[in-house]
Amino acid sequence: MSRIFKYAFVIFWTLFVLAPLSWALVTSFKTPAAVNQGATFIPWVQFDPTLDGWKDILGISGYANLIPNMINSMIITFFASLISVTLGGLAAYGLSRFRYGWKYYGNSDIIFFFIAQRILPPVVLAIPFFLLLKNLRLLDTHLGLILVLTSGLMPIVVWLMVDFFNQIPREIDEMAMLEGCNPLQAFRRAILPLSKPGIAISAIFAVIFGWNDLFFALVLTFTEVKTLPAAVVALNGTVTPFWTLAASAIFSILPLIGFVFVVERYLAKGGFSGAVR
Amino acid sequence: MSLELKDLGITDGTDMILEGITYTFEPGRVYVLMGRTLSGKTSLMRTIAGLLDFTDGDMYFNGEDFDVLPTWKRSTSMVYQQFINYPNRTVLGNVLFPLLRSGLSKAEAKAKALEMIDKVGLSSFADRKPGQLSGGQQQRVAIARALIRNSNILLLDEPLMNLDYKLREQLREDFRELFTTSKDSVTIYATTEPAEALLVGDELLVMHEGRIIQSGVPAEVFENPNSVTVAQIVNEPPMSVLTAEISNGTFSIGHRMKSQIPAHLVGLPDGDYQAGFRASELTIGSEGDMKEEGEVDVAEVAGSETLIYLNTPTGYTIVQEEGIHQYISGDKLGITIPPERAFLFDLSGNLVVAPGN
Repeated sequence: MSRIFKYAFVIFWTLFVLAPLSWALVTSFKTPAAVNQGATFIPWVQFDPTLDGWKDILGISGYANLIPNMINSMIITFFASLISVTLGGLAAYGLSRFRYGWKYYGNSDIIFFFIAQRILPPVVLAIPFFLLLKNLRLLDTHLGLILVLTSGLMPIVVWLMVDFFNQIPREIDEMAMLEGCNPLQAFRRAILPLSKPGIAISAIFAVIFGWNDLFFALVLTFTEVKTLPAAVVALNGTVTPFWTLAASAIFSILPLIGFVFVVERYLAKGGFSGAVR
Repeated sequence: MSLELKDLGITDGTDMILEGITYTFEPGRVYVLMGRTLSGKTSLMRTIAGLLDFTDGDMYFNGEDFDVLPTWKRSTSMVYQQFINYPNRTVLGNVLFPLLRSGLSKAEAKAKALEMIDKVGLSSFADRKPGQLSGGQQQRVAIARALIRNSNILLLDEPLMNLDYKLREQLREDFRELFTTSKDSVTIYATTEPAEALLVGDELLVMHEGRIIQSGVPAEVFENPNSVTVAQIVNEPPMSVLTAEISNGTFSIGHRMKSQIPAHLVGLPDGDYQAGFRASELTIGSEGDMKEEGEVDVAEVAGSETLIYLNTPTGYTIVQEEGIHQYISGDKLGITIPPERAFLFDLSGNLVVAPGN
């Protein structure tokens, strides 16, 4: 009985999550007439699919071309996530294994300090970041946005990874050091291979947050470096038809879906059974 | 290649973790650290390995200051009481890991690792990961990893602690043979079990509250514990220590049971003492001059013996009886105390006379 209930819930939840996506997906292949017909989902049966919406956003019809924006978003998200996961991971390892601090303030306060940066609404940071990048001549550049996004993504990575490293028995580091590794080699040879699930989770979060950033992209980049969310929003403000908007929505989440599929297999490999009994 | 500790100590705030440890460990010998939990055995090993900083004293290896070397340059191997291995590597991968940085070619390292895996009896499990092995097998992997490097110092921190009885017996037997392969290393083995100390050790160091309170050949320490504390630590089950008195040519225990002064106690001045008896030397039944009636507190069967914990008017007494016997709490039993087997301690706990063999 409970099994039936479980499956029923899973099916319901899957439909609940997938319904809006599938609606956007089928809409992106519809003609104006098909859109106005109401809720239809099955191509070739309920409506005749067309690629017009996709041609509009891929620069084929001459209406808009989101491909350069996609490339900008990829560059920015890739480097911002890479730097966040690398530096954040090392910081988290340090905070998990060594004691830092002054008087009553210790590691937990440092971790709180990291995550507290996320408490600030981005809008508070907009003017400081704008002025900072202006003085550094980094406005409307890839590097500028990468640095700003990294500062926001790193706290999330540190926060996630400290907890993860805390679960890996300290004796594994000690053992690697006893076997001739200095602390950095112990991290690289013994701890890092065990950290794949933690790295995968952090990377997924960093990539999703980085990819979906709209606010800083709108404030700190203009014409040279326009990211995909900013470009999609710009389309939204014009007389762009629904089917084209639907295509742009699907287009902008495709890379994320691909990334999660690739990284997901590392998630399943958690657990340290056999490390310490 | 000796390891020399001079007045080594660790203080953490007001807590004394190790105090005044002075000892020289020679290569090719197995030193057994014995003491109760929290006596400082693990702390001493971790200090030697460089995993714990000491606050007082000096440590030298081969005459050179050892403290300046970080852990990874000390050529030290350690086996923990929890079976610690790299969970993501196979048995072969685990045993190869310490060799990675030794400069051996891949083929040589692999051959050496396989030989060691064979020695610890795991050759058919070389491709398995530690999570797929039993506890005893996991500990063998850890032991193989520790032995393969031929480190200058080999530390074993209660390696058999978490294993079942049978496996413990078997590995204990293997140890002597495995250790002989490391003739150039100082081997230090921590345990709480007297049987293990007697079987494995060339030297026994008894630790209590962060200090070494007696050292020597295991059998010697076992026969002549210098204090009540050592006697309690090196005897399992612990010795029963009862009040005793010598006066006017009689020896009495608990001021109640009296006998003639046994031969080994003749000539001692009159006065109050403490008398210690090994559980195996007390017997159930009321015979001879010194007999006592007690009430069973707990009785447990250990292998082919029965351990009986009794409340007697003289004090808490532990008797080890051959064979399996059923007693329940509250049973009244007579016990016989052999005065000729008494370890006599003064009132501050120092050994006065041991009964000898």
